[in-house]
Amino acid sequence: MTLQASVRVALRALAANPLRSLLTTLGVIIGVAAVVTTVSIGAGARQSVEAQLTALGTNLLTVLPGRVEAPGRVGFGLGSAQTLTWGDALAVQRSIPGVEAVAAEFSRSARVVAGPYNDTTNVSGVTPSFPEVRNWHPVEGSFFTDQDLRSRARVAVIGQTVRETLFPGGESPVGQTIRINRALFTVVGVMERKGSTGFGDRDDVVFVPLSTAQRRLFGVDYVRAVYVKVREAGRMGEVAAQVEGLLRERHRIPEDAEPDFVVRNQADVVQAFTGVTRTITLLLAAIAAVSLVVGGIGIMNIMLVSVTERTREIGIRKAVGATRRDVLMQFLVEAVLLSAGGGLVGVGLGVAAARTVSAVAGWATVVTAQAVLLAFGFAAAVGVFFGLYPAHRAASLDPIVALRYE
Amino acid sequence: MLIELRDVWKVYRMDGVEVQALRGVDLRVEAGEFVAIMGPSGSGKSTCMNVLGLLDRPTSGEYRFEGRDTTALSEVEAARLRNRRIGFVFQSFNLLPRATALENVELPLVYAGVRDRQRALAALRSVGLEHRARHLPSQLSGGEQQRVAIARALVMQPAVVLADEPTGNLDSRASAEVMQLFQRLNREGVTVILVTHEAEVAAFARRIVQFRDGRIVADRPNPPRVPEGSLR
Repeated sequence: MTLQASVRVALRALAANPLRSLLTTLGVIIGVAAVVTTVSIGAGARQSVEAQLTALGTNLLTVLPGRVEAPGRVGFGLGSAQTLTWGDALAVQRSIPGVEAVAAEFSRSARVVAGPYNDTTNVSGVTPSFPEVRNWHPVEGSFFTDQDLRSRARVAVIGQTVRETLFPGGESPVGQTIRINRALFTVVGVMERKGSTGFGDRDDVVFVPLSTAQRRLFGVDYVRAVYVKVREAGRMGEVAAQVEGLLRERHRIPEDAEPDFVVRNQADVVQAFTGVTRTITLLLAAIAAVSLVVGGIGIMNIMLVSVTERTREIGIRKAVGATRRDVLMQFLVEAVLLSAGGGLVGVGLGVAAARTVSAVAGWATVVTAQAVLLAFGFAAAVGVFFGLYPAHRAASLDPIVALRYE
Repeated sequence: MLIELRDVWKVYRMDGVEVQALRGVDLRVEAGEFVAIMGPSGSGKSTCMNVLGLLDRPTSGEYRFEGRDTTALSEVEAARLRNRRIGFVFQSFNLLPRATALENVELPLVYAGVRDRQRALAALRSVGLEHRARHLPSQLSGGEQQRVAIARALVMQPAVVLADEPTGNLDSRASAEVMQLFQRLNREGVTVILVTHEAEVAAFARRIVQFRDGRIVADRPNPPRVPEGSLR
């Protein structure tokens, strides 16, 4: 008997009991839908985390003042110690060859006023290299220059949230005057929107030259962060080690002592996030796979009932010339059609569920061909595996006994 | 020689008790014969039919089918012979309930890998049921169902048709129709072996073999007493 004929016979047998066929395959439908949905949500989460971290700047090392006191635990005072300076940043830029650019930042909360509007926001003194290093550029006007840095100019570049608060009328802020802690500043640019991360609204910020922030606004001579843009992504670790060595030397910290700063590798953070989301996705997919196996057991159960019900039919088929293999194929094809059909419906439901999650909960979901093929293939394999035993039972029936079966 | 049984024994174990269903059966059937096997129930006639139909294997002895020793046949070879050289007709018709008459007749063709609806229709025509091709077995009378089963047995043009109590579930009128059909087919060259315990049914055959206690106790020719086709 040809495969085509087997499929025809199997489809007919399934169509004879449509409700039963549907209920039998429901386990597989739910299992496949669950796999597709969870993997889509996982992939979406991973993609959006990666996108956000990339938006922070690629090939980026961040040097923060302070100590890590226990493994994995950020010590008290990280970012607030006063040991890291603009001089450190310049030294990194000058003496480490793998470094493309360096930026430094000192930020503190301050009151900002423009006409009748006012806001308490994050005032961040940065170097003119900041847009390049952090991959974050002005969309209106321009960033301030090295000249502004040298002269401690009273110029400011504002983020989108600050713009909306201080200039709600929609007029261009460029050229307007604002007050920061009562000092007058001219707005020279507006930054592009970065959106919010888990760490807060990144557009709620006013950038001023680092020297202006240190001397004119806050009266300090240290920085809160040094950002190092590395030329090649493959040399991040190497450059990070060189930065640490150089700063140890400058801060006179012996080899065996804990440094008073921390070098963070952006790639490590990306990797850690990716690893976490992958683990969670795998876990969810494994749970969903268990439900697929349960669905397979359901198929086996009904197939065994079906074989018993159709004992006489099997006897007739054997009498007119069906071989063991023919009967085996007939029932195996039936089981695989059940599970693969359920797989198809499940994929459809899973994609629909992923879309719904995106629309309702606002989570990003990504339906990957890989997840769909994996779930569908697994469903078909479940059909083969759990169909084999009932099909074997059918094929092994003695035709004489089967023909007499009532 | 179409069929040759030589000292065939069949021994079963049922619930620990040994049953000797066939005890040294010798039987030769030529192509074109019409043989009725008679005997009381338990005499071994059904077991003999299962052996002849390659559904069962003798415990000992030799069965030659078309000159070929069947003891060494593989499962696939036996299935192939059942498909192409042997047609079965059963007491309880054994049609697939969800398939139409035509589809039932097509069943052996499916396993032969032949898609030939015309051939199945021709077989239905030869039993006079072409107009019932689209009917389900439940929509047919008992006699019609048995004729569909005969068409199914004939569709592969087998060497022999084995009929096990083919009239057992039929009233006398339908029985006569079915037996006349067998008679006509035999006249057209089909070899028929049928099992029955009714003398009126056996009377249609040209040779009658008597079974008792797993042995053949009588084997005689049967001159046509009923003028052929006279009941129609």
